[in-house]
Amino acid sequence: MAKMTVITERCKGCGLCTAACPKNIVALQKEKRNKKGYFYAVCTDEASCIGCAMCAIMCPDCAITVEK
Amino acid sequence: MAVVFERPKSLIDVSTHYCPGCTHGIVHRILCEVIDEMGIEGDTIGVCPVGCSVMAYDYFNCDMIEAPHGRAPAVATGVKRTNPDKFVFTYQGDGDLAAIGTAETVHSATRGENIVVIFINNTIYGMTGGQMAPTTLPGQVTQTTPFGRDPELAGYPVRVCEMLSTLTGTAFAQRVAVDSVAHVREAKKAIRKAFENQKEKRGFSIVEVLSTCPTNWGLSPLEAIKRLQDEMIPYYPLGVYKDVTAEGGNE
Amino acid sequence: MERNLMKGNEALAEAAIRAGCKCFFGYPITPQTELAAYMAKRMNKAGGVFLQAESEIAAVNMVLGAASTGVRAMTSSSSPGVSLKSEGISYIAGSDLPAVIINVQRGGPGLGGIQPSQADYWQATKALGHGDFHLLVYAPASVQEMVDMVVTAFDRADKYRMPAMILADGLLGQMMEPVSFPEINANAYDKSGWAADGHKNNREHHIINSLYLKPDELQKSVYDRFERYEQIKAEETDAELYLTEDCDILLCAYGATARVVKSAVNSARELGIKAGMFRPKTLWPFPVKEINEAAKNAKCLLDIEMSMGQMIDDVKLAINCSKPVHFFGRTGGVIPTPAEILEEIKKVGGAE
Repeated sequence: MAKMTVITERCKGCGLCTAACPKNIVALQKEKRNKKGYFYAVCTDEASCIGCAMCAIMCPDCAITVEK
Repeated sequence: MAVVFERPKSLIDVSTHYCPGCTHGIVHRILCEVIDEMGIEGDTIGVCPVGCSVMAYDYFNCDMIEAPHGRAPAVATGVKRTNPDKFVFTYQGDGDLAAIGTAETVHSATRGENIVVIFINNTIYGMTGGQMAPTTLPGQVTQTTPFGRDPELAGYPVRVCEMLSTLTGTAFAQRVAVDSVAHVREAKKAIRKAFENQKEKRGFSIVEVLSTCPTNWGLSPLEAIKRLQDEMIPYYPLGVYKDVTAEGGNE
Repeated sequence: MERNLMKGNEALAEAAIRAGCKCFFGYPITPQTELAAYMAKRMNKAGGVFLQAESEIAAVNMVLGAASTGVRAMTSSSSPGVSLKSEGISYIAGSDLPAVIINVQRGGPGLGGIQPSQADYWQATKALGHGDFHLLVYAPASVQEMVDMVVTAFDRADKYRMPAMILADGLLGQMMEPVSFPEINANAYDKSGWAADGHKNNREHHIINSLYLKPDELQKSVYDRFERYEQIKAEETDAELYLTEDCDILLCAYGATARVVKSAVNSARELGIKAGMFRPKTLWPFPVKEINEAAKNAKCLLDIEMSMGQMIDDVKLAINCSKPVHFFGRTGGVIPTPAEILEEIKKVGGAE
């Protein structure tokens, strides 16, 4: 049981997390933007998250917390 | 469930002014992780000179000094010499460290100043909008090399770790990158090593971090990471260039 | 009190150490090098830091670093070296840091010469670096005053959180005179409210900074500084008035030049010419009240400098151009003689 949470308003939509995820379950929003106008990152399949924190390690904005 | 990853305490909880995908944020975070893990925030003084990271005093929760362009190692020298029990680091870009501040860099290294220098090499001047840096690669297009850097005209890039590793006063010089999870972990280890060196009074430690500048490179954040891997790492090989704690390290 | 025969440059250094200066960062340049050499011998033994920097630029930035942590710090140089320090001095002023900078002037521009000069008056008082700022400028005329003014400079720099300069010249720096070091009861200024010396996890982090990207904020920081300057103008001016009560001709001179002028004034008095002298000890703030007091009965003023005439601007401004101000100067390292100044006095006196 693991969980990654994106602090939506901190995300700048750079997508570095999406490339880092070994499970390929992090993606950028395609329609919803945050207040700054960025398509923020989301976990597309929460059940598959293994809590490896690779997405968070590559995040330049400390916008991801991971629990396990 | 327990939290396995969160923002380090010494990194102030605000949104940064850095562009999307700029890797300054990653380096800030791992630097703060090291400060937290060593428990030294209250005894650390950071020096950030002119460049994109000039406003890093709003992000690092330790005491901070903003230095003139290129002068951070001199400012850090003044801090460290009068406060030898404190941890002192500089956080400098390539134009700052390897162009306007070359003398300060070389001489603080050769004096063996017991400080940590974090050197962000992204081959461009970011804050002023993307001009040629001392580390700009041959052929690289910038605002001031619109047809690509021509070594006949603009000379060759400076390889900082290689240069500083020839100096006896340099205790530690390592080049790392923040293009992948494995490399970020390695970068953090190098920064930790640099701070441990300062604790043990071993002298000047520099960690050169190959970084990206998607905005001024005109690339998406992911394309910028690819450029770092394909073009920068071959020109600026990663690795330890000097380590006085290794066998024969000061040869 | 014990008196020692000392060279001006060495007296400056000894006075700084006694005033609680904890570190000196410098770079060799004639004619101030004895100061750094003296510091190299004495500073470490006195428990402080001496470091020869790789450049004037590095030296002044080392001062910036040390001063940021609340430590009394100093650097010294001579004219071309002070030009290099101007960047750092602007940052020190913009960051509201105390520091002491010594300029033992030589001739300029460019590499100029190595003989005494006063050609850096404009630089020191008007434009020592970019931006809206001032520094305190003290002008000693004897080795004893060099000692006393270094002590004052450190005190006022701390009090007002701004850089202070001793504007000497090669003549004073190289000259030997008997000097005594007064018992110094240095005021202890509390720097714990701003110094960046590590927060020890018991206060907010401190930031030493001169960057304000929002115009309103930068304007406010400059306004605040200029408010302090008004207080300094009111409280910190100092000048020597010599035979000014009844003088017809008021000579104006500072530093080593004033010594020559004084003997010319004495000679003029012997000839029955009522000459007097105004000697500013602070160049910024300029002693406006004092010069007006000295000039109140004078028919004209005669400004003497080892330059082509720089302080004369302030003299004219201070008296609102209410009286004629004549000028005689020597430059390039040439020192005016009492005889030629006396000739000028006669010329000007006769013309009135």
